[in-house]
Amino acid sequence: MSMTTISESATGVVIAGPGGPVGPAEKTQIKPYTMNFGPQHPAAHGVLRLVMELNGEVVERCDPHIGLLHRGTEKLIEYKTYVQAIPYFDRLDYVSPMCMEHAFVLGVENLLQIKIPLRAQYIRVLFSEITRILNHILSITTGALDVGAITPALWGFEEREILMEFYERVCGARLHANYFRPGGVAWDLPAGLLEDIWAFTERFPKFMEDLDNLLTDNRIFKQRTVDIGIVSKEQAYDWAFTGPMLRGSGVAWDLRKSQPYEVYDRMDFDVPVGLTGDCWARYLVRMEEMRQSLRIIRQCCKDMPAGPYKIEDRKVSPPPRGEMKRSMEALIHHFKLFTEGFHVPAGETYTAIEAPKGEFGVYLVSDGTNKPYRCKIRAPGFAHLQGIDFMSKGHMLADAVANIASMDIVFGEIDR
Amino acid sequence: MSEQALKELGDVIAAKLGGDVLTVEVKLGELMVTVKRPAIIPVLTALRDDAACSFEQLTDITAVDYPERVERFEVVYQLLSYKHNRRMRVKVTTDEDTPVPSVVPVFNAANWFERETWDLFGIFFDNHPDLRRILTDYGFEGHPLRKDFPLTGYVEARYDEDQKRVVYEPVQLTQDFRSFDFLSPWEGMTNVMLPGDEKAALQDGSKKP
Repeated sequence: MSMTTISESATGVVIAGPGGPVGPAEKTQIKPYTMNFGPQHPAAHGVLRLVMELNGEVVERCDPHIGLLHRGTEKLIEYKTYVQAIPYFDRLDYVSPMCMEHAFVLGVENLLQIKIPLRAQYIRVLFSEITRILNHILSITTGALDVGAITPALWGFEEREILMEFYERVCGARLHANYFRPGGVAWDLPAGLLEDIWAFTERFPKFMEDLDNLLTDNRIFKQRTVDIGIVSKEQAYDWAFTGPMLRGSGVAWDLRKSQPYEVYDRMDFDVPVGLTGDCWARYLVRMEEMRQSLRIIRQCCKDMPAGPYKIEDRKVSPPPRGEMKRSMEALIHHFKLFTEGFHVPAGETYTAIEAPKGEFGVYLVSDGTNKPYRCKIRAPGFAHLQGIDFMSKGHMLADAVANIASMDIVFGEIDR
Repeated sequence: MSEQALKELGDVIAAKLGGDVLTVEVKLGELMVTVKRPAIIPVLTALRDDAACSFEQLTDITAVDYPERVERFEVVYQLLSYKHNRRMRVKVTTDEDTPVPSVVPVFNAANWFERETWDLFGIFFDNHPDLRRILTDYGFEGHPLRKDFPLTGYVEARYDEDQKRVVYEPVQLTQDFRSFDFLSPWEGMTNVMLPGDEKAALQDGSKKP
C-alpha cells in the first residue's frame, strides 16, 4: 500500500506500525499517528485523499480532503445555454451518465411546464435502468476488488462493455452520452436495438448467478463486509444518506416508487431493503436492484410505444433535417435554438431522481433568460462521503477501504 | 402532492412558527418558506420534530447570489420528509459580512454542505465546528460562485521545470472569453430602446419633419 507516515504526535515509547517492533506488553505504548491515504491509491476510487488518525491499525478519525477533481461545473453551467449544459452532467458521475442528465432535463421541463411524449419517457426509463446496471456492476465488482476479489471485476467489465455498446448505438458515445434533451431524447432508437437489449436481458441473469456464487456466500468477502460500517436508520436520516446507503439500513424508500417520475408508476418492480445496515447489506441491496432493473428493462422493451421521441414544440426541440429543407419557419427555429437556445420562464425548482448512487437533485434557478441563473447539483456521494468518519471510527484501516467501496464513491459528482 | 395540500402545510407552518416566517409560497408544486435569519435553528428543529411536518432529512444546503440586492445571498435549505413523502425549501437571506447560524446541531449532514457554501460563496456560518474550504484548491483565494467572480478565475497553475513545483500565475487568455448577448429584442424585452425605436413613437404623435 502506498501510504506514508506524515507526522507522529503523541509521546509513546515504542512505535508499532505495520511490521514495526513491539516491545514487552507492559512497556508497549502505541503511538497514535496521522496517516495520509491517497489521492493516488487504487482503493481511493479516484482522487480521494484521507487524512487518518490511527491508533495502531484502528481508525480514530478520518478526514476526507476532496476537491481535487473540482472543475467548477456549476459556474460553467451559468455561462451556457440549457442545452449546452447537458454534457457537463455526463461528466459528473461518469459511471452513470444518463441518470445525471435525467435530473437536469426533468428540472428544465418542470420550469418550462412541458410534458414529453410517452415513447421518450419509456426510452428514458429504459436507459436509466441500463445505467443503473452499468453503475452497480462497477460498484460491486470494484468494491470486491478492494477487499481482495479480482475475478468479479474482470467478468463485470465485460458485461459493462456490452451495455456501453447499447449506449453507443443509441447516441454514438460509450460514456458521455449527451442523449437526453429537454422535451425528449436526441435521437430515436435505432432499428434492432430493442431486440438486442431483450437478448441481453435473457443472457444477463447467468452473469448475476455467477457473481452471486463468487461473492454472496464467499467466506472472505463476508469476513470483510459483514458488520463493517454499520449505519443505523437514524444516522442515515441525519447524514442525508440516500439510495442503497439508506435502503441498506432498512428504510424502504425509492424515489421511483415514492415520487415516481416518467413512467415508473407503470412499472412493476420491487424495492430491496437491507436489514443490517452494514457493507454486506448494501452489497445485497445493489445486487437485487440489478435484478429489478432487469425487470424494468424487459417491461420497457415489451411495452415500448410508437410515436414521437421528442416534443413537437419547435420552441423547445429542433425540427428534423428534412423539414428544414422545405420550411423557412423550421430553418429559423433551428437557427434560434442552436445559437440563442430557448428561454426558460423565471422560477426555481428542485428536481430529484433516484440515481444509482442515491438521490441526485438539481436545484435550478431561472431568471427568464436562455441560461440558468444558478444550477446547484446535489450529489449523493457528497453526503455519503462525509459519513466516512463515523462509519470508520473504531474499525481497522482495511475496513475503511471496505466502507469507501460500499459507498460507491465517484469523484466526478462529489467534486463537481 | 397536490398544490392544495402544500398550501395547507404552508399555513400550518406559518401558524406554528409565528413571527419567524416571512413568506410562504407554493410555486411549480413546491413549497418555499422564507424565514428570519436568526431563527433558522429553531425553525429547522421545529420542522424536523413536529409530527405534522417531520422533515427528517436535510437534503441540501446551497446559496444563490443576487448582487443587486441589499442582502445579496439567499441560503437555501432543501428538506425531505420520509413520513409524509414531502419536500420543502427554507430560505434565509444574508450579505457578505453577516453570519448565518450553523444548523449542524440540528442535522449532521449540514457540516459539509455549509463548508461548501462558505467555500463557493463566502457566506459565514456561526458556530460551525470546522469551517474550512472544501472544494477549491489549498490556499485558494476568493469565492468562485459569486456573480462578480470571473469564470476564468484569477490564477492558473502549471508545473515549473526549474523550480520543480507547481506555480501559480495570473491567468492569461489567448482570446477573450466570448459571451454573446443572445437576448433577442423580439422576445421578452419590452423596456429597451433600440436605435430607430424613437421613430415609432413619433409616428402616432404629431408628424414632424
